[in-house]
Amino acid sequence: MFTKGKALLAMFVTGLLLAPTMAFAAGSGGAPIVMVADTRKLTGIMAWWANLYNESHLYFTILTVILIPVIGVIFGVLADIIMHFIGIDLKSRDLAEH
Amino acid sequence: MEWLYILMPIAGVKIFWPGLIILGIGVGVIGGFFGMGGAWMVTPGLNILGFPMAFAIGTDIAHMAGKSLISTMRHGKFGNVDYKLGIIMLVGTVVGFEVGAQMIMWLERIGKVDMVVRWIYLGLLGFITWMVFTDIARRKAKDKAAIAAGQEVDKNATGLEWHKTLHKIKIPPMVHLDVAGIYCSAWLPIAVSFFTGWLAGILGIGGGLIRMPALIYLVGCPTHVAVGTDLFEVAISGLYGAASYTYKGRTELVAAIIMLVGAAMGAQVGAVATKYIKGYGIRIAFGLAVIGCAISVFLKLLPVYVPSISQICDIIATYMILGLVSALALYITIKMIQGAKNEIAMKKAKA
Repeated sequence: MFTKGKALLAMFVTGLLLAPTMAFAAGSGGAPIVMVADTRKLTGIMAWWANLYNESHLYFTILTVILIPVIGVIFGVLADIIMHFIGIDLKSRDLAEH
Repeated sequence: MEWLYILMPIAGVKIFWPGLIILGIGVGVIGGFFGMGGAWMVTPGLNILGFPMAFAIGTDIAHMAGKSLISTMRHGKFGNVDYKLGIIMLVGTVVGFEVGAQMIMWLERIGKVDMVVRWIYLGLLGFITWMVFTDIARRKAKDKAAIAAGQEVDKNATGLEWHKTLHKIKIPPMVHLDVAGIYCSAWLPIAVSFFTGWLAGILGIGGGLIRMPALIYLVGCPTHVAVGTDLFEVAISGLYGAASYTYKGRTELVAAIIMLVGAAMGAQVGAVATKYIKGYGIRIAFGLAVIGCAISVFLKLLPVYVPSISQICDIIATYMILGLVSALALYITIKMIQGAKNEIAMKKAKA
């Protein structure tokens, strides 16, 4: 004999198992929107960057994905140096509770 | 004051760049401390600064990937990152996220997608709030009972113990997760990450807000390890999300880099603050952040039923998010400074 809780749980699990089927049946959606950067007011590196965006989203994406972690690591290391200079121990943590 | 504004090359809008740095610092502090990207805070913030919504989301994800990487590096050195668990969970997260995103496409076709998503989000936030504060209340009751019985308070005791039940599932392969101190079926983190990834895909968020409590209450990670491991997940999935949004032409890297200047400092402060705040202290602050997030989502839902209050609800929601970000960032920063001061003073006393 199923309790209400078990019945709800069974419905939820069924829904979860059917989710991929429903999702794949949906296929892809959303119309693509073409955006163009206005390069007329830009100079130097900004103009180059906007032109790269207009010419190839693929190269623009590759460069972005490379630049994000590189810049993140550079800023992270710089912040490390500053914190170490202040005198904070950045390698251990005493607290060990849950 | 023209020098305080910078023209964004892709979006074509002029942005107040000190605002980007301040936003980066605030969200960096909170993200590094709680182990989440903070999309629910950054996206409206960027929108207020003048970004179109499509660019606000893409730019947020790009900055989130870099910021989470900085935080992961710091947490990794503290021993808060279980890389094995993170890699296992990555599989479920990516698959779950894609299934969730496809479901959204399907919901869009049958209409009312915004309503469904917002109600699911609100229900989920309500559940997380209940879970966090129930756990805290039960843990306090355990501590009181131990003191009343004249016993020592167990530092590793938890209020909710769902993970203990889930650890009884012995479906092979079994895995030892040394950093988290867990021995369980590999299917547990895979199932949990698929579920949290699926929810994140449906809600269109990074998932840190869901994954961090899931790591604590379902997988059984200590709070600090949950924070660090979640950030590792956010960094990897954030980079994937950044690639996806950038390819669709919706990322303003210049803004993301400016934000990273602030986030680099903020993420360090947030991550280092976990050194000085106990696990349950992090849980309480996290619970408060979730309440704030829930109220802001509710305020976005309200105008659907009462259109006349749309503008006032938007203003309240915006100021509430910004106020909450400021208050939490300030609290974490103060705690970090106090802890660092004590540590330096103790070092000097020993010398």
